[in-house]
Amino acid sequence: MSVVAVPAPSSGVTVASTLRGWLLPLGIFVGFLVVWDILVRFLGLPQFILPAPSRIAEAWVAYLPELWASTTYTLVEIIAGLIIGSCAGILMGAVTARWVGLRESLLPFAVAVNSIPIIAFAPLLNNWFGLDSQLSKAMVAAVLCFFPVMINTARGLLHVDPAALEMLRSGAASEAQVFRMVRVPSALPFLFTALKVATTLATIGAIIGEYFGAPSLSIGQYIVRYAAFLNLERSWAAIVFACSIGIGLYMLVVAVERLVMPWHSSFRVGEA
Amino acid sequence: MSARRRLRPALGFLLIVALILVAWEVAKLLAGDPWRYEDILGGPAFYWDPPLRWKPVNDLNLPHLWTIFGAFWELDAKGETYVSSLVGAAWFTMRESLLGFFMGAGIGLGLAIVLIHVKVLERGLVPLLVASQTVPIIAIAPVVVVGLRAGWFGVAIVATYLTFFPVTIAAIRGMRAADPRAFELMRSYAAGRRTVLRKLRLPASPPYLFTAFKIAATASVVGAIVGEFPAGIRDGLGGALLQAMQYYSFSPQDLWAAIAACAGVGIIAFLLVVAAERLALRNYRQIEDQAT
Amino acid sequence: MTERPTTDDVVVDLRGVSKVFEGRGQKAARVEALSGIDLSVRRGEFISLIGPSGCGKSTLLRIVGDLIGVSDGTVMVNGKLAREARLAREYGMVFQAPVLFDWRTVQRNVELPLEIIGRPKEEREARAREMLALVELGDFAGHHPWQLSGGMQQRAAIARALALDPAILLMDEPFGALDEMTRERMNLELLRIWERTATTVIFVTHSIPEAVFLSTRVVVMSARPGRITKIVPVDLPHHRDVETREMERYFELVTEVRESLRGSEGEAVDLRRVAAEGLSA
Repeated sequence: MSVVAVPAPSSGVTVASTLRGWLLPLGIFVGFLVVWDILVRFLGLPQFILPAPSRIAEAWVAYLPELWASTTYTLVEIIAGLIIGSCAGILMGAVTARWVGLRESLLPFAVAVNSIPIIAFAPLLNNWFGLDSQLSKAMVAAVLCFFPVMINTARGLLHVDPAALEMLRSGAASEAQVFRMVRVPSALPFLFTALKVATTLATIGAIIGEYFGAPSLSIGQYIVRYAAFLNLERSWAAIVFACSIGIGLYMLVVAVERLVMPWHSSFRVGEA
Repeated sequence: MSARRRLRPALGFLLIVALILVAWEVAKLLAGDPWRYEDILGGPAFYWDPPLRWKPVNDLNLPHLWTIFGAFWELDAKGETYVSSLVGAAWFTMRESLLGFFMGAGIGLGLAIVLIHVKVLERGLVPLLVASQTVPIIAIAPVVVVGLRAGWFGVAIVATYLTFFPVTIAAIRGMRAADPRAFELMRSYAAGRRTVLRKLRLPASPPYLFTAFKIAATASVVGAIVGEFPAGIRDGLGGALLQAMQYYSFSPQDLWAAIAACAGVGIIAFLLVVAAERLALRNYRQIEDQAT
Repeated sequence: MTERPTTDDVVVDLRGVSKVFEGRGQKAARVEALSGIDLSVRRGEFISLIGPSGCGKSTLLRIVGDLIGVSDGTVMVNGKLAREARLAREYGMVFQAPVLFDWRTVQRNVELPLEIIGRPKEEREARAREMLALVELGDFAGHHPWQLSGGMQQRAAIARALALDPAILLMDEPFGALDEMTRERMNLELLRIWERTATTVIFVTHSIPEAVFLSTRVVVMSARPGRITKIVPVDLPHHRDVETREMERYFELVTEVRESLRGSEGEAVDLRRVAAEGLSA
């Protein structure tokens, strides 16, 4: 990736063209919901996993207050976890980029931790911080976010065009200046990729953490309890909230990314 | 890479693990509960009272390493060691993940081939696939398992679902990844779509597929554990975790042992994919890092 | 400039060929890549297309190969339409990058066209080995492309292009990515292969010395829109070697080509990319 100034996108990705690109998929999605609704509700097909969408909508409306309260409770955990995990990840990423020996030893560790179902630590964290504490779930979320952010930050800081480095060195730039002018902009795309993944991971972490024990007015507990009662409509109504959180946070990161890096080539005409 | 260079990260890894273990016991030495051991005759043989007290490193929250180690060899009511019941649970869970993984990989690849050739479907479905990756699908696992009412097979279905999303997207990318001139070349030989698929697209995709496989393998295992747990499937690792949680106040070390078993399964799954990758990609040039 | 030999050993016949690329999206421009191209190529000739960036020489090559369609005019290859010639696999193409498949050995890469037309295994292997011997890569048949140098990879690509014994060889700046010395060596090798196989060659290049050294005729093009400015017949001795580059007549021809090129520069538009993008999706 070159750090040299790059011209602005020509036939670009506008908001209008993005919306147009979504017409067909949204149409398919809505079509699927309608068909499923008819099949389950009017034709009496046994609901396998997904109850009739219209009934989910009814439950959504009927139980909105408690769903909303649960959502805000869980959202706090997700955002806290995201912030803690990302900050720690960025810091460690910068540290391991600077001292490469450390990086080589930490890398297999990171790989191992990534393959471990971190989720399995949720019960333990619950016991340490308390079942009713939001901190325990936030820590699950934080641990899940940490490694992708750390690895990608380090990779981004190191993935610099050697020619750009030479150019700056020939101008007798200090390490700090090199860091600021070249490494950081180079690392930003990698960081944002990791943050996008991190939002999903944080959401998953918080919700699953709640499965292992949390107050009843949390999204995770709501989902599991009503699933256990086989009251799947209410369960799915909560899941809709969970998905909305995930998508909402993701789009937030995308918006911040566009603000911070309007020049990046991924915003030009290209593939998903 | 020379043997010594390859050894350094492994040594560094072991060093870090060793440091963690040492720090563990040192913390308990300084601020844990009193260390109290009796000799064979029942008289006090060893007693140490740490100078400080700090709740996070007491015996309930952070058992001694040897206690955890001992937990594996505890006998239960049936006379079976804990480690063997954990291994049984691990194997149970692994089977669910493996089944789900292979089904998901097959569906993912098949779907990708269809999408590449039918443009309308691709424009309609790929954005949905990409968006679905922002949805906490793993979190939905319990609902799916309960709703399907198919026991462990439901868990395998969850693993299938978790696998086929990343595999489809990676397969589409991989099948498009070849140099455009390679496509021109095939056209210059008047090669039909099936020939292009067999001789260019499919062989070009393994590097991308294996990246997805690594993610999918881990996701399958996690999804399996999460799916078992609230649905009350007792035979797998989810059940083992549940049980260990229930007896936490009596023997916290069991939970640690169960967690270690989960970690083991995760690592094994990952290593299997890495080994398969080494084998499958031995003829391919090494591609450099991309921001994946 | 028109030349129309009436003998029927005209292998490639272009009459009034134009090509316009319509713009994609709101702002991309409509590009008139070629306009009014008339060219006849006789059997056994070695034609170079040379011109500034954006003059359409690569586009023209791809039109002959039926990888792009024309907007106007006719293209006859070996007495047939370009499309039929492609379906009959009557030409081989070499690109600027070797475009070999990583996952196949060099030999299996050369076998690729033979596989596509369904030749049996022994025949494929024999033919591939024969071609590799021709380009002097016989010892590397079992290697993988990424184990070979750039020059060797291009030789493998040439071997592959010749595998079906095509009537025409289309080459798009095949030596552009190589260093000067390797390039001169490859020029000599290519001429040697050409002498042995007597294929008709259409060769796109940026390099004036290369064009003059290799060709029987040099077609000079100008940009915006792409047109043929001049055709320079190269009357150097048929068998060329290292000394040819030092002949006075060689320098005269190089100067003649250079002077035709002067004043025919245009704006750079990467037509190759525009065209190829349509195929990879």
